[in-house]
Order: sequence, then C-alpha cells, then structure tokens
Amino acid sequence: MAASFSRGGRESALLRVLWTAVKILATVALTFLGLLVVTFLIGRVVPVDPVLAVIGDRAPQSVYDRVYVELGLDRPLYEQFWIYLQKVLAGDFGESFLTKRAIVDDIARVFPATLELATVGILIGTCFGIPLGVWAAVRQGRLADQFVRVFGLIGYSAPIFWLGLLALLAFYARLHWVAGPGRIDIAFEYSITPKTGLLLLDSAMQGKWDVFANVFSHIILPAALLGYYSMAYISRMTRSFMLNELAQEYVTTARVKGVPEWRIIWIHALRNAAVPLVTVVALSYANLLEGSVLTETVFAWPGLGQYLTNSLQNSDMNAVLGGTLVIGAIFVGLNLLSDLLYNLLDPRVRRQA
Amino acid sequence: MTSLLTIEDLRITFPSRQGPSEVVRGVSFTLGRERLGIVGESGSGKSQTGRAILGLTPPPGKATARVLDFDGTDLRAASAATWRRLRGARMSMVMQDPKFSLNPVMTIGRQLMEALKFGASETRAEARTRALAMLEAVQIRDPERVFRAYPHELSGGMGQRAMIAMMLVAEPDLLIADEPTSALDVTVQVEVLRILDRLVSERGMGLLFISHDLRLVSSFCDRVLVMYAGRVVEELKASELTQAQHPYTRGLMNCLPKIEGGQRPLPTLERDAAWAR
Repeated sequence: MAASFSRGGRESALLRVLWTAVKILATVALTFLGLLVVTFLIGRVVPVDPVLAVIGDRAPQSVYDRVYVELGLDRPLYEQFWIYLQKVLAGDFGESFLTKRAIVDDIARVFPATLELATVGILIGTCFGIPLGVWAAVRQGRLADQFVRVFGLIGYSAPIFWLGLLALLAFYARLHWVAGPGRIDIAFEYSITPKTGLLLLDSAMQGKWDVFANVFSHIILPAALLGYYSMAYISRMTRSFMLNELAQEYVTTARVKGVPEWRIIWIHALRNAAVPLVTVVALSYANLLEGSVLTETVFAWPGLGQYLTNSLQNSDMNAVLGGTLVIGAIFVGLNLLSDLLYNLLDPRVRRQA
Repeated sequence: MTSLLTIEDLRITFPSRQGPSEVVRGVSFTLGRERLGIVGESGSGKSQTGRAILGLTPPPGKATARVLDFDGTDLRAASAATWRRLRGARMSMVMQDPKFSLNPVMTIGRQLMEALKFGASETRAEARTRALAMLEAVQIRDPERVFRAYPHELSGGMGQRAMIAMMLVAEPDLLIADEPTSALDVTVQVEVLRILDRLVSERGMGLLFISHDLRLVSSFCDRVLVMYAGRVVEELKASELTQAQHPYTRGLMNCLPKIEGGQRPLPTLERDAAWAR
C-alpha cells in the first residue's frame, strides 16, 4: 500500500492489479473446489443407487456388477473424486437418466429461460425498490414510509404462488392485458432462431418485433411478481442504509454548503448507501437465478427451477448435481462481481485491494 | 459596529419521553465582524446554538427566538430557498472532525466545487482555479493532488484545512467554527487555528468560535460567552478573563493547571443547580 502511493508509478500499479487478479483467481478456484467436494459427497451420500438408476431394477446381478465397475464405484473415494473432477473440468456432468441427454445440454436449454426471467425481475425490483426505499427514508415515520413498509411487507410475506395465481386470474384471464403461462405463443415458437436462448434478446437482434412483443407479454407478469418479491427486500434495505447515511455529518456539511436537498439525497447519501446495496441486489439476483420453483410452476416456465424439481422427484442425481454446480457458480460469480463493484464504488476499498 | 447577527431569546427544545426538554434556554447576543467565542461543557447548548443559526437544528428539535436576524434577513421565517441562498454563500460552518464531515466517496475537489454556486458569470474552469487558489490559501502545498484526493487519503490536519477551504471558498460573511480543532493533534491544532485566524481577519468576516477550551477561546477571540445548561451565564472581553465574576467561569479557570505549579490536586469544577435557573 505504501508503495502504491509513491511516485513509483506504472510498474507498481500494474503489479498490484496482477497480484489482485491472482488472488481473486485463487479464491475462485478454491471456492469451486470446495463446491465440487460438496456436490460429489452429496452424490455419494444420498440413498439413490447410481447403478440401479442406470440399469433399472430388473437387470440381472451380472449386469449390475459390470455397470458398478464401469461407473468406477469399486475404486477408493479419492480416486472417484479425481475422475469426477476431471470430467467436470472437461464440461462433462454425465447424462440425465430422465431425458437421456447430456446434463450440459439440458442446462443450456433451461438456464436461459431462468436467466431471462430473473434478469427482468431484478431490473424491476431494483428500479422500484431503490427509489421507494429512498423515499421512505426521507419521509421517515410519515405516511409514505408506512405505505412503503406495508407494500413491502405484503411482497415479503404473501406466498408467491398465491400472488401468481391471483395475478394470472386478474391480468390474463379477466383483463387480457398479458399473455398466459409459458415463454412464448406456440404460433411464434419457431419463428426465431435461438442464439442466446434469451428470447427477448434473440427476437430484438433479429428485428422481429411482433415476437418480441409476444415474449414480453409472457414474461412481464412472472417477472413483475419476482420483481415485487425482491423489491420488498431491496426497498427495506435501501431505507435502512439511507437512514444511516442521512444521519452522517457529511450530510450536514453539504447542507451548510447550501447544496440542494435532492442532490444531498440522490448524490451524497445514495452514493454512499450504494456500497452495501450492491451486495443486497447481487444476492437477490442470485436468489432469482436459482430458479424460483413455485413461480416457474405456476407460470409453466421451462427454467432451471422446474428442471431441478423434476430431477429431484425422479432421483436423477446427475441432473441435480449439475444444477447445483450451476447455482454454486452463479453465487460465486455474483459475489465476485459485487466485490469488483465495491472496488469501483468505494475509494477506501480501492487502495487496499 | 454594525451587527451581522442579532439573536434574542433563542430557545431550542427537543421532545423526550418526559415531555419537551429545552437545551438552549433564552440565549441572546449580537455579533459584528468580530470574533466571538462560546465556551461551555458538553451539553451546555453551544453547538445547538451554532446549528440553529444555520437553520440546521436536527429534527425533531425545534428552535424559536424573539429575534433571529442575519444582516437584515429574518431567519425565523426563511424559506428553503432563502436558506439555500444564505448557506454556503453568506454563512457557513467548519465542523469538528474531517473524518466524518467530508463525504468519503467524493473527491475533495468535487466537494469544494459544490460550495461554489458558479453560474453564468463563471465557467467550470474558472471555478476550479478559484477552488485551487483556496486550497493554497489554507497552506496546502500540493493543491492539485489534494483536489483529486479522497478524504481518506488525507491526514486529519489536511482534511480540516480542506474543510476550512470548502467553507470559505464562497467568501461568506459569517463563519461558525464548531470545535474546529478538537479532533486534531495538538501540534496541528495551532497551525489550523493560525490559518483560520488569518483568513477570518483578512476577509473581515464574523466568526463564532465554539469550543470547550477556555484558554484557547480567550487567546483567539475578542469576546467570550460562557454557557452553562443552555444559558449564557457570563459575557466577557477576552482580555478581561481574569476578572470573571460568575462562579462557573471562575471554576473553569481555576481547574486549569498553571506552569509554575501550585495547587495539586487541581480543584474539581463545582456546579450549582441555582445557575441553571
């Protein structure tokens, strides 16, 4: 740190960046290794016989023994883990017993659906949650504050499938404002070439705005629901971070300088509150990306949550472990991202990195 | 002397569970383009008096006064817009600890520029030049670096100089300094005070210097108000401090150690409930 402040200049700065990158990579690698150990052990501990899952329960003993050896189950545990590790690193999560396809392909099919839903959801949650939280903090104890609190509390405590069904009933069945369950109308299903798997992005890139409108009308209701859910959390945290910042001395300094109140709230205080908020938003996003099983079920959304539930119910262990790894990777990735944003937002952290 | 600030019967109350509690109880004084010190112990109401002049009594507190006049403007009825016009440009306040009073995620330069409400008459570049000149005036050797620095990159003394620069850059008529050196090292204190002293006398500003340090205030100010439990118990010329009449002021002076030794142990400060009445 001392060196970074001297005129030693470019070389030391470059070294520092490199060193930071190495540290981050090492952390990520270790985290993943831990994650793999856990998923591997889960796979060995659960009372699902992987051999029976492959051959069914009517195969003769000789077939059972052969597959047992083929799967490497006769070898010591550390050797099995080594093989598992190599396979995972090569992108091989095995095959689903249910769909008879590679897990990687399955996840590549279902994950974009969840990603798209979660992203629209978190955008809604953040765009409404942060201003509402700020508003509540500025009007602490007044009517606006109570309103935001109750509005958030409902989002927090009402069962999401119940809200989902009500929303479908109202906006789809009665008012016909939005499209119903599923990601896209069957009529449009094959009218765009899937590239990213994110239908909003695909249709926009191909300039098919009628498809885009249809996809949007499908996604808006479940996304708004997830958005409402994360908004409840984000607005509550924003309120408390803002109350903390508005009580700080630098806010008084700004007032003494004659800075207009809107600038004090939205620039001085919110810029400081944004630092812890990054983590809150990242965690909410991770939560949505896990695949919200209930929402995906209610809205017949072919996403990760539905896939994982199906796999679990059919004890399709490879699929479950693959999905778990993906979720773990999302958490690690988002944590990393929020760390980087922390660095960007808080000059005090920057020096220490 | 024309008076810049006239206060009569200033009262500040905060609601509490036992009913409203009055922390400032009928303070009156006038301030011209001079240096007026307010001394008193913690909770005597000296800081709240300073904040009330800027209209910054923290809610749910309420400040009322019979007269609260700043250079012809009745502050009691001031609108939000009037306050914004006055604050920064005509009156400002140096606060205690630069660690808390500077915004940690904004550069010093940005915070300094904010105090300059440059409009049509001045471009951003001109304002920047003015801000840098101000940093130089508070004896910062490398103004460009400090301009780009974040508060945590500065020492306490540097931070407080930057604070002073920020509060003086718009050339206000009245400066309130609320314990401006209490958070600093003793050696740095003297430097910062000297800078403050010079700038205030150069610009002919009115200064309200709030401190708990009687010796410091008397060496620095023309007049001293001694506050106790929300009231002014004595007003003195700084040069006549030794002739203080009020037992509280005398007590404050007696418990200061003298270099030639003498009394040991030092007498403790006596308080009389009657003074608070």
